[in-house]
Order: sequence, then structure tokens, then C-alpha cells
Amino acid sequence: MAEQEAAAEAAPAPTATEVLAAAIAALPGVTAVAIEKGEIVAHAGRDGLVGLMTALRDTAGMQFEQVMDVCGVDWPERADRFDVVYNLLSVSLNQRARVIVTTDAVTPVPSVHGVWPVATWWEREAWDLFGIIFSGQPDLRRILTDYGFEGHPLRKDFPLTGYVEVRYDEDRKSVVYEPVKLVQDFRNFDFLSPWEAMTSLPGDDKAHGGAKP
Amino acid sequence: MEKTTKTVEIDSHSINFGPQHPAAHGVLRLILEMDGEVVERADPHIGLLHRGTEKLIEYKSYIQALPYFDRLDYVSPMSQEHAFALATEKLLGIEVPERAKWIRTLFSEITRVLNHLLNLTTYALDVGAITPSLWAFEEREKLMEFHEAASGARLHANYFRPGGVAKDLPAGLEDKIGEWARGFPKFIDDLEGLLTANRIWKQRTVDIGIMTAEQALAWGFSGPCLRASGVPWDLRKSQPYEMYDQVEFNVAIGRNGDCYDRYLMRVAEMRESVKIIVQCLAKMKPGPVKVADNKISPPSRQAMKRSMESLIHHFKLYTEGFHVPAGATYTAVEAPKGEFGVYLVSDGTNRPYRCKIRATGFAHLQATETMAKRHMLADAVAIVGSLDIVFGEIDR
Repeated sequence: MAEQEAAAEAAPAPTATEVLAAAIAALPGVTAVAIEKGEIVAHAGRDGLVGLMTALRDTAGMQFEQVMDVCGVDWPERADRFDVVYNLLSVSLNQRARVIVTTDAVTPVPSVHGVWPVATWWEREAWDLFGIIFSGQPDLRRILTDYGFEGHPLRKDFPLTGYVEVRYDEDRKSVVYEPVKLVQDFRNFDFLSPWEAMTSLPGDDKAHGGAKP
Repeated sequence: MEKTTKTVEIDSHSINFGPQHPAAHGVLRLILEMDGEVVERADPHIGLLHRGTEKLIEYKSYIQALPYFDRLDYVSPMSQEHAFALATEKLLGIEVPERAKWIRTLFSEITRVLNHLLNLTTYALDVGAITPSLWAFEEREKLMEFHEAASGARLHANYFRPGGVAKDLPAGLEDKIGEWARGFPKFIDDLEGLLTANRIWKQRTVDIGIMTAEQALAWGFSGPCLRASGVPWDLRKSQPYEMYDQVEFNVAIGRNGDCYDRYLMRVAEMRESVKIIVQCLAKMKPGPVKVADNKISPPSRQAMKRSMESLIHHFKLYTEGFHVPAGATYTAVEAPKGEFGVYLVSDGTNRPYRCKIRATGFAHLQATETMAKRHMLADAVAIVGSLDIVFGEIDR
């Protein structure tokens, strides 16, 4: 509870993390900042992302010299279905922060490879696995999947088994690609037991407000 | 077809290095554009070992997801498990018992020695020294016996679990590890005798593949590769987890950021690891090795045979697993190769919604071109060796 109060900038003596979070919240382009489980999480808009990231890297008191990771997260039920998550690290201040930008399958996110060159491969990976487009990225090739692969496998609507399988064909003396043939249907259990999935019992007057018949 | 044969005229030529090349450390395919014997461009093609680990984890319970981490960087399996176990524990909001923390610290360091022994000596093999690898594989075998004694497996340990470790150390293992730790510094001396002042070794590695501190930071370097460039950064010191704030050790910092410094970093780290191992053994006390909550860690075998409740717990845990409260965390450990992180998103069910694995070598390998540019072809081999690359981790 004390943490929540501190995050709302009401605590008398804020910690270094809280000071940093407040400073990040004041940057242009940042829409929301919270401290979740001790980690700074900032939400930002797509436009002006490069300026924001440059500010995060160069502003005294932030100095995020490193982007340790860039990755996508797919939430298919949302209009902007993808999160692009940047995990930043400040070596000089010993602080971490997470910047989250949302996008959909067609709207590009500005590339940050000019701020941190290491972002190139992670952006390629996010393009390969999620189909997130990065504008200004000169090298947006696939990186992890096979040459000539189609689809974006980490999207939630991409089946775990994929669409094609490969094998070596002795007659043709080459590797051949064929549609996946499963001898048994893929079974995906949700493992949710009725005891734990039901938060209240039917007919439980107390849980249902006591007003129902 | 005819058009292209007429118009294309290239001075430089391309070399396809790997994926079946012993110095490629696995399945690296490096497209090198050469000007004579000088590397002009290097384009690593990765993904030849891509197994879709992150996708598979989304379909597994947290307990089932853990063994996948052994199969990432198969040279330092327990360090990868560690990151996932810590991330899960953070989302669950649990604290593991003290003995489990000591065991994890101990085995993290054993794993570090295991990793560095393989990397340093295969790196030496790449540049022509065969003896170190023959010696080190004998030492590695001893360490893998410790892995086997603790977990039952030499490599794919599945030992660090969310909530503690799988089981306590068997009787007598601590003494054996202590005995090994007394003899090991002598081995490091012998290894250094072969390499550190060796004229050929220094000719092949000094001033090769230099990364300045600024470059190393911008290219996302971490671990020994970052420290070789002179950045004093070690997660065990700066963001201590487990028992690293209760043991004394030094962090070696390099000066030049070349291949030779990266070698020296790892040698120095092995010496520090032995110190940490000795301290862990001295400070470990008997006690529980996993959290008492049977919703997260399984009940003991004996209890299971006698108590109905334990039997139900066991059954539920190994079929349904445990539910993790919704949330997200980026948790990183100082793995032998550098920062190994897990970005874990939970939606409140028994399976991770998203598990992004931040592979250390992924960032390091990307800098190959920057480092190898205008170097000779043989130096590219030394550079790849000095980066400590394992493809299970990079390709995921």
C-alpha cells in the first residue's frame, strides 16, 4: 500500500526509482507511468518514439545507455493488437525501465536502431515472429524462421504445429516441404478445473449480492 | 539470366562460413564479403536451430516450461532456469528458503565455471591450441558429475524450480565439491600457463576485435564482454539476487575490449567463482529447499504415500500446475555469458501468456560485423570464439 501512495507522488521521501519514474512521466510522448513490482513501466505513443528514446538515453538523470530487449506481445482481442516492449537499462544509475508502445498489424512503429544499433536484430525478430512493421529500419529481413517462411508464428492465431513440415526425400535427393499432417488432432487443454474457474457458487446469495431469487 | 551475366562485375567475393564449420560454434552461417583476405562485411544468418521455444512455452504450464530453459544455452543450463524461476517467483510473490538460495548460488557458480571451461578452450582450439580443450573436458566432467548428483542429469538439469530447487543435495556432495574447489585453482594456473603468456595466443587475440565502452553499451553487450571493454557492471554486484550480497568476490574489469581481454575476464571469473563456491559451502545450513506451500512445490514422496491431501496436491500440481497472478516482469540474472533475461507476461492462468527470452549471445553476435570489419578472415574466427556463442540460446 505504501508503494501505491509513493507511486502517486504523495510520499514524503521518494526513492530513486520513484524520482526517475516521475522524470520519465514528464517527458513528451509518455502517456502513463507506473511502478509495478518495483519495475518502472511507461506507456508511450508511437509518434515521436525516436525523440523519446533519445531523451531517455541522453537526459542527465536517466542515461539509459542500453536497450536490453525489444519484444512484441500479441493481444488479438484489442484493436491495437501488439505491444512493443523496450526493456531499458541504465548502467550508470543502476536502473531499469520498460517502455510499452502499441500498434496493429499495418501501422509501423518508428525504429530505434539509430538510438541503439543493437535494436536492429530485435526489430527484425519482432517483424519475423509477430509481423510488427518498423519504419526507418533499413534491414527488416526475417531472422529466426526458415528461408522463404510465410506467416508470423508468435501471433496467437498461428497454430502451434505450424502449416508446413519438412523431410528429406530420398528419391528427389532434397528436402521437401509439405502441409502438416497430424496423425492425431492437436489437443489443447485449458486445465482449468471447475472448482477454481468458478469464483462463486450458483445460488450463493452472499456472493451474488443477496438480492437474486 | 543473360542480362545479369553481362552487367554484374564484382571485385570482392563472398564466402559462406558455416553452418557446418567447427569454428562456427554450432550452426552459425556467416556470409562474409571479402576483399582479398580482409573482411569487408559480415552478415550472420541465424535461426538454423530455431525450435520455437517461446511459442511452445505458451502452451505449457510453468513447471513444464522450465526444462526448455536447459535446452537454450546447453553449456550453462542452470543459469537459464534461474532466470525463469526468479521471474515466476516474482509474479507469484514468494520468497524461497535460505538453503535453496545457497544451493542456487552454488550451482550458478559451478555452471559458470562449466561454461567458461568450454568457451575458453574451444576458443583456443579455434585459433590452433588443442591441449586446453583436452584438459578442460576432464574438469568439466567432474562438474557435470556434481550436476548429476544434485539433479540426476548431466546437462538438462531441471533443478531450479519456481519455489526452490527440485531436491536437496545428496549426502557427501558438499564435501566432494569442496575437495574439487581446493584443487581447481591449480588447474586454472595450468590452463593459464598454456595460454596467457603464449606468444601465438597473444598474436592471435591482442588488439583483435576491439570494442570501446561506448560501442559495447550501444551494441547491448553484457557480462564478460562488456567488462572487457572497461565497464564495471555485474548484476551479481549491482542488482544482487539470491545470496550474492552475502559472499565476497571481485569483479574483473578489462581495459582494451579486445579478444585477449575477453579471455582474461573469463579466467578471472573462474577464480572468483571458486571463491564464491567455497563461501557458499561454508555458509550453507541444513533446512528446507523449497517453499512449504504445496500449491507451488510438490509434497515429499513420503507424505504423498500417507496423506490424502498430499496426494491431491501432487496430482493437481503435475496436471494443472499452479496459477500465476496476472502481471508482467523482466527479470535478469548474470549468466556466464552475460545478462540473461526473461520477460514473463502472465494472464492469471496456469500457463505463461508470453515468455520472451533475452538471449545474451543474440546481442553479441550482432556486433560481429562491427568487430570483424577490416580484419583478416582468421581473426573473424577468433572474434566469434571470444564472444562465447551458443546457438541453442540465440536461435531459441
